[in-house]
Amino acid sequence: MADPRTKDEVVAAVAQAHRRDWAQVFSTTAHLTRDLDLAEECTQDAFAQALETWTETGVPDRPGAWLTTIARNRARDVLRRESVFRRKMPLLVADETTPGPEDGLVDDRLRLIFTCSHPALAREAQVALTLRLVCGLSTPEVARAFLVQPATMAARITRAKKKIAAARIPYRVPGPDQLEERVSAVLEVVHLIFTTGHTAPLGAQLVRQDLVESAISLARMLHLLMPTNAEISALLALLLLNASRQDTRMSADGRLVLLSEQDRSRWDRQLIAEGRSLVADALRRRPPTRYALEAAIAAVHAEAPSWRETDWAQIVRLYDALFRLWPSPVVDLNRAVAVGLRDGPRAGLDALNPLLADPALATYGYLSAARADFLRQLGRWSQARTAYEEALTLTDNDVERAFLSERLTEVERNL
Amino acid sequence: MAKYMILIYGDPQQWDAMTDEQWKAHDAAHEAFAAKAGTQIIDGQQLELTATATTLRSDPAGQIQTTDGPFLETKEALGGYYLIEATDLDEVLSMATLLPEVHASHSGVEIRPVVDHG
Repeated sequence: MADPRTKDEVVAAVAQAHRRDWAQVFSTTAHLTRDLDLAEECTQDAFAQALETWTETGVPDRPGAWLTTIARNRARDVLRRESVFRRKMPLLVADETTPGPEDGLVDDRLRLIFTCSHPALAREAQVALTLRLVCGLSTPEVARAFLVQPATMAARITRAKKKIAAARIPYRVPGPDQLEERVSAVLEVVHLIFTTGHTAPLGAQLVRQDLVESAISLARMLHLLMPTNAEISALLALLLLNASRQDTRMSADGRLVLLSEQDRSRWDRQLIAEGRSLVADALRRRPPTRYALEAAIAAVHAEAPSWRETDWAQIVRLYDALFRLWPSPVVDLNRAVAVGLRDGPRAGLDALNPLLADPALATYGYLSAARADFLRQLGRWSQARTAYEEALTLTDNDVERAFLSERLTEVERNL
Repeated sequence: MAKYMILIYGDPQQWDAMTDEQWKAHDAAHEAFAAKAGTQIIDGQQLELTATATTLRSDPAGQIQTTDGPFLETKEALGGYYLIEATDLDEVLSMATLLPEVHASHSGVEIRPVVDHG
């Protein structure tokens, strides 16, 4: 124990503990209570208690352990008091005997992560539960991130918790026959949280920082708990490499800055170095997985001294491999854009043309924006104008709209 | 332990059109499921086709009506069920994966926890 602290110091220490230790405190408490609501209540109480006590006693050496003890003691009190009532409620099925995938010790955080991303829950429920229970975001914060009313989000979370109890979705790391599929589901949830934060589909703010941070800390947690899983390393690498450019994606006056225009000297070199070393690990697994290839593409960009000097041939090769593994129209679109950068705007337009008929891309603004850009480079002003106008009608993000409008004005000056 | 109902749904026309060979493989898959679930199976039956179903319900006047056919007229009908006992949903999922109806394109199974009144 240290000396008494000022209110501000304690608030900062509690906020830091909330970011770092919430998952640990909540998951071990839930293992004891086998009731997610009670665990939530006790975890929140423990953090509230910390705000009071730490002002007098100072911040403990191990805040996470302190908080866990308080939360579990509260839970024990409630369980003793309400034992008869609680015996009638459906409880989490926790398994004590199954050894973990890496060693004999299973971290409760891992149990919690797998429970929240269980495939018997709808994807939106998986995401909401993970943010609320693993990352410790409040229900209104989760609601805000997904642009729904707090009451709607609260109902979604309650419904999911009820299903976990009634259908007995276990609080357990899945066995070897189910592990791979379950890890994929967890990674999809983490990836979705990151992309929602990284490119907010609506509104003025291009990056929703709390979602980006939550996703990265989830990926770090998974990597720490299952260090030999290549797919987890690959996703962590992908998130770190994308996040390394985060500060340069928007200009001081709030406009979108494309990769080609970004100030590369401001990219976060530490994140890039960490991401590159993880990609190298992940690529050693044959055949490479989806996230490994996406991370490799991000790494090629991160290593390039400038947009023009980017190794476009390598990027096209990586997109080819990615398309074979995951034939999505969006991958095809990115590949076509890379072809245009390797071989010129004419070749880019030719590569984009077959995609115009794809119904999956019919309302996808990036296709129009990519065409518009190649047409602009070729000086085909009137076609470029139409394409920019189309892109504008398909984009909700204010920052991206401002960028497209500026390009449209530029094209119109040449008409 | 909890109880779960595994409801088997599928297109009766497709079941009707199955060859002897296909039925043999189908039955073998059910035996593999039974071998894995063992004594955890409380009950399990194949149902006659929906053409043999009779439905009872009341009209607005409270008069009981007896009608020919299933409760819901859908393309996919209930074809059978298992009532099993399991520790949790993951155990049910790993057993139910063996059922042939999960692998055929026209059918599938719905897993419902049974309310525990105990």
